[in-house]
Amino acid sequence: MSVLVVVEHDRGALAPASLEALTAARSLGGEVHALTLGAAADASAAVLAAHGAAVVHQVHHDLLADYGPEAWGESVAQAVRALQPDAVVACGTDRGNEVLAQAAARLDLPFVANCTEIGAGDTWTITRVRWGGSLLEQCTLTAATKLVTVAHHSVEASESPTAGAVQPLAVDLDPSLARTVVCERVERAAGVTLGTAPLVVGGGRGVGSAEAFAPLEELATELGGVVGCSRAVTNNGWRNHTDQVGQTGTRIAPDLYIACGISGAIQHWVGAMASKKILAINTDREANMVTKADYAVIGDLHKVVPAITAEIRRRRGG
Amino acid sequence: MSEQTVPARAKVVVIGAGIVGNCLVGHLSRLGWTEMVLLDKGPLPNPGGSTGHASNFIFPTDHNKEMAFLTVESQNQYIAHGLNNTCGGIEVAREPQRLEEFKRRMTSATAWGIDARLVTPAEIKEMVPFINDEILLGGYYTPSVSVVDSLATGTRMRDEAVGNGALTVFANTEVLDLETEDVPGGLPKVTAVVTDKGRIEAEHVVIACGVWSPRIAAMAGATIPLTPAVHQMADVGPIDVLVESNKELAYPIIRDMDTFCYERQSAGSMEVGSYAHRPILMRPDDIPSNEASALTPTELPLTYDDFEPQMEQAIELMEMLGDAEIKYAINGLLSLTPDANPVLGECVEVRNLWSAAAVWIKEGPGIAQLVAEWMTYGYPHMCDPHGSDISRFYPHEKTEWHINARCNEHFNKTYGIVHPREQWASQRGIRRSPFYAREEALGAVFFDARGWERPQWYESNAKLMAKYPEACEPRTHEWDGRWWSPITNAEHLQMRASVGMVDLTAFNEFDFEGPGALGFLQYMCVNNVDVAVGRSVYTPLLTAHGGFRGDLTIQRLGADHFRVITGAFDGGRDNHWFRKHMPTDGSVTFTDRSQGICTVGVWGPNAAATMSKIVTDHATAPYDLSQDGFPYGAVREVIIDGVPCTMFRISYVGENGWEIYTRMEHGLKLWDAIWAAGQEFEIIPVGIGVYAVTGRIEKGYRLMGAELESEYDPVEAGLARPKVKSADFLGKEAYLKAREEGPAAIMCTLSMDSQRCADGYDRFPTGGNEPILTLDGQRIVDAKGRVSRVTTAGAGPSVGKYLLMAYLPPEHAVEGTKLQVMYMNELYPVTVERAGSTPLFDPTDARMKS
Amino acid sequence: MRVLVCVKRVPAPGAKINITPDGQAVDTAYLAFTTSPHEECAVEAAVQLVETHGGEATVMTLGPADAEEQLRYAASVGVARCVLLPIADRDWDPQRTAAALAGAIRDLEASDGPFDLVLFGNESADAGNFQIGVRVAHALGRPMVNGIKGIELDGATVRAKREADAGVEVYALPVPAVLGVKEGINLPRYPTMKGRLNAKKVAVDSVEASVAAGGQQMITLLQAQEQVTQTVLLGEGVDAAPAVVDLLEELGLLK
Repeated sequence: MSVLVVVEHDRGALAPASLEALTAARSLGGEVHALTLGAAADASAAVLAAHGAAVVHQVHHDLLADYGPEAWGESVAQAVRALQPDAVVACGTDRGNEVLAQAAARLDLPFVANCTEIGAGDTWTITRVRWGGSLLEQCTLTAATKLVTVAHHSVEASESPTAGAVQPLAVDLDPSLARTVVCERVERAAGVTLGTAPLVVGGGRGVGSAEAFAPLEELATELGGVVGCSRAVTNNGWRNHTDQVGQTGTRIAPDLYIACGISGAIQHWVGAMASKKILAINTDREANMVTKADYAVIGDLHKVVPAITAEIRRRRGG
Repeated sequence: MSEQTVPARAKVVVIGAGIVGNCLVGHLSRLGWTEMVLLDKGPLPNPGGSTGHASNFIFPTDHNKEMAFLTVESQNQYIAHGLNNTCGGIEVAREPQRLEEFKRRMTSATAWGIDARLVTPAEIKEMVPFINDEILLGGYYTPSVSVVDSLATGTRMRDEAVGNGALTVFANTEVLDLETEDVPGGLPKVTAVVTDKGRIEAEHVVIACGVWSPRIAAMAGATIPLTPAVHQMADVGPIDVLVESNKELAYPIIRDMDTFCYERQSAGSMEVGSYAHRPILMRPDDIPSNEASALTPTELPLTYDDFEPQMEQAIELMEMLGDAEIKYAINGLLSLTPDANPVLGECVEVRNLWSAAAVWIKEGPGIAQLVAEWMTYGYPHMCDPHGSDISRFYPHEKTEWHINARCNEHFNKTYGIVHPREQWASQRGIRRSPFYAREEALGAVFFDARGWERPQWYESNAKLMAKYPEACEPRTHEWDGRWWSPITNAEHLQMRASVGMVDLTAFNEFDFEGPGALGFLQYMCVNNVDVAVGRSVYTPLLTAHGGFRGDLTIQRLGADHFRVITGAFDGGRDNHWFRKHMPTDGSVTFTDRSQGICTVGVWGPNAAATMSKIVTDHATAPYDLSQDGFPYGAVREVIIDGVPCTMFRISYVGENGWEIYTRMEHGLKLWDAIWAAGQEFEIIPVGIGVYAVTGRIEKGYRLMGAELESEYDPVEAGLARPKVKSADFLGKEAYLKAREEGPAAIMCTLSMDSQRCADGYDRFPTGGNEPILTLDGQRIVDAKGRVSRVTTAGAGPSVGKYLLMAYLPPEHAVEGTKLQVMYMNELYPVTVERAGSTPLFDPTDARMKS
Repeated sequence: MRVLVCVKRVPAPGAKINITPDGQAVDTAYLAFTTSPHEECAVEAAVQLVETHGGEATVMTLGPADAEEQLRYAASVGVARCVLLPIADRDWDPQRTAAALAGAIRDLEASDGPFDLVLFGNESADAGNFQIGVRVAHALGRPMVNGIKGIELDGATVRAKREADAGVEVYALPVPAVLGVKEGINLPRYPTMKGRLNAKKVAVDSVEASVAAGGQQMITLLQAQEQVTQTVLLGEGVDAAPAVVDLLEELGLLK
């Protein structure tokens, strides 16, 4: 069996999720190849080889200078036609799912998103994520070429070095596909983002107001983290939706998530559950967030959070 | 955090941390209870029951004394916590009959001392500028209407108990089982609560978990008759005028009575709630779990099809509601009971298992105190929980069938206009006496008496109205004549003129037998039960604090055999009261004979003549029915036309005669025999309208639940005997004290000097707590804080007066004193005719003994 | 302008989603149904677009007859037309769903003129297949970008914004175009009472779809493995602060 992994990158910067896809692809058995789109991604060939890509197929095209779902999807479709892999795998990120959907539409093939377990065979039996992870679905996938993404954070990337051959792959892209290539960017101010921060301080309904987030901001800043919030907070207009952690917000995976005054509704939990450790601060020892957390402090967040910040400063200062 | 486990033992386990459970542990703690555990399967502070989504407002006016008292008491407790936000409230009328109801509400408000006034549409508009006054006819304004914080109040009370070291609290703790232990010779008792966090041995267990209560009770084999039902509510906003008010509550709450809806401000938005939709009942087992609920288990998705007509009516009342966004809308679950009253007290099936269920926010803290007192003192001190007592229900009333039928019937009456004599339409014909077919043929109009069909009057007696024209005038106002007939007055006079027979099959008969029977009944009763075999005792039963708990007759059928005769409305309560006090040493047995015995009363000057034709002894010899041979109060076994019967010379209507009992299967034969024998005296069937009202009130006989309540003692009721028996009895100490102190109020019979209303016709108070006022219109409140109000009202055809019964403080309880009664917001002059128990009609009881 | 929004009827679950005994569906006995959150925002975006630019918004769904509730909900917040593609059995697979929708859109456009914009949600709340909009766009031959949190119409071009780790990406798509909308693009309005009552009067056009099944077939739903966590209590109130900072040190977060 041959598996082609679509590598996700942003103008050459390799997305760590791609390595999850490669790791997952290896477990299917058979030869794993990688596909990089755009010249900027050529540099990642060595890393891909280290993670098990026997061959890295490199596509160069003007339309691939920046991300464009249609240009990327069409390129994948042409690669599939040219290479005839048994399966195409990407990671179930925004881009990964979008590109494979584009490719699947063009190839008129099924595409199964966000898989956690794959039983390969003639027809695949797949376990995939539903409801953002609160339910699973078992399904079958029947196709000449199987297109799947693996659920983000469901696989831990690991190395498996290969010799790593590199081969160019030509594609023919219609100039009209420029219509969906990124035409402009507003770069984020330097600093960590909610999705990548090593520490997130989250606030829920219990925070009580927009102003009352100040101590959470202070603690996050002190630890080089960022502030997140629950959907209740966004709905109350206390913070922007960009700060929302949850099924319809951002999924986070920090080393520590400090959840303050958050009850732990499913909406929020599925966005936070990939956190490596969770510390809940809540007055209610029976709140969902508390019972699901690794650590808990029972108390009023408005008192506990400033006390933690003060203790950090004391130790640093002392 | 789930590793915490519950304690192995507790004095009390309270299940449910809503308004009731929380306030209950607080009140128990104040009364000295310790080692308590409070459980809830949901999280705190809102475990997901009805408390969490309640609209939380209090309209204090209620026609029912018990509920009015508990509501005002609860509001005072919320005030004491600083969690009562007074905003005023206006009930508005769209229909003319509602204006009549408002007059009735003014009357009840006067009785309970609630400040209220009638307002015009223009006045409503002034208070609530965004209301459409063009569709309104008027309003009933109560300035003290408030919105309370029930969750915070509950938290305070819970924390108080925790702070006293009396309570531990376990949220997210599911009750899996209630364990009970059989007690030989007695009722089983509760012993432990099994939870998912361990087992707690408990002396007392209180079920205060609202809509889930029946499910928990069933774990112990007990029944709490309530059903979860939907109340629809939507929160709409923001609305500019409300936002600009910058207050949680800037405008009075509106109850749109004729559409069964309310509109209450909640900061920038308006809560619109409805009791107009079809009744939507559920089963406790069908309520989703906390974790499977989108909101909470009792906040189910609104079914819009049911709510849409109410939205249109709401927009009609307040145009601005139409353009406001529906931010939150639920089918909220609350508890309904077959008679719309709470379900309180010790479960009849299991000792020490208590129910504190079917309670609204408006009465929660007060009811919690009431149940705490009940558990502490054996009966509440603050008021008589007569209407809420769980033991009031008969077996057929505890079935899902009955609960659903009655709840379906009364749900839409939540904001309805309910007549004090109003009859149920559903679940009729459940219990019929053997005389039913004869009664039906005689045109009986049946009223419901806890399932029994009892003739209230007989259309066959309509012809008698021509005989007594002055007494049989129709009542001009439809309200006064509703569920009433002038035939009752004709039956009354005909019975007093000759003889009548009354179906009393709804009576309960309890037999106590065994060597301990006498001692036990001596302990339960005020009066001496140790009478000769074949004699009887009329006696009060008292609570420990000396108030009335029962009022009944006991017949001594043998040395160790006593039979209690009590009424239909108190039979369930009396049954439980006796059984829970009974010794468990096997010295007394209890048998409820009610289902096997039918009763007919025969009274009137020709009663003896009628009966002497058909009563014999076992040897077919005529029976001596003379006053000497068969004196008043005697009980005898006789044969009537071949049927073995028990005759009891007694009267509740002031005429000579008997209550006659026989087995159900003999009933029809007995009826026919009396009927045939009475023909020469023109015997008539007489309805309960005479037995319970006109005949009784002329004789000043007190009725349990009306004149006799636990707030009053026998001295006040005029039922204290000259001597107190030497044997100890329940409430004796308090009774002796009451005799020493003298009455703070005295039961009086009053007559209306004029019944003429402002519109120029006569009115007839229904006996629904109409206040007695001084001539200058002041409420009369006795030294113990009890208000003087009408407990029974009815015609006295033989005395030619319309009569009222009421407790009056001694300074007013003087015969000849002139006072006033308020009825439908008008004042009528009244005169105190009798202070104490001397009857107005036949004061020496000569007729009964002739 | 003419805007079409495609939505899906999904249950509104609580903290735990229960599955029916046969494993084929979510147990919705006591659940409300809603429109997927991303799609609610798409409906709001459509309504705002026609409020700004004039025209008319249409909502379409493929689902059970009861999905009429979600169509009327859209109508109650300002969508003018409702189209239901009724299906009798459980959810159709993504290929089949997309083909049916594309066919219905083509028919609708043939009779009433083209849609300038067709909006989808980023993914449905329940199935989360991440592909229906993309497939429909491809079938219609239109550009499509998913994950959109900003839409501006500029003549024949629609400028669409998408958030990524590196910042905001801007796409300029020629109209007619298809966009997948993400929650956060707006705060959807709630229906008003009048809106609710008016929505009752809006006609729902029913369009039968006949399309072959695709290559992905659901077998069963499963509960996710529940994580059993032993929560370590670090303390109560402010006294817990030192223990928290010890933990931060232990996790290497106190740099």
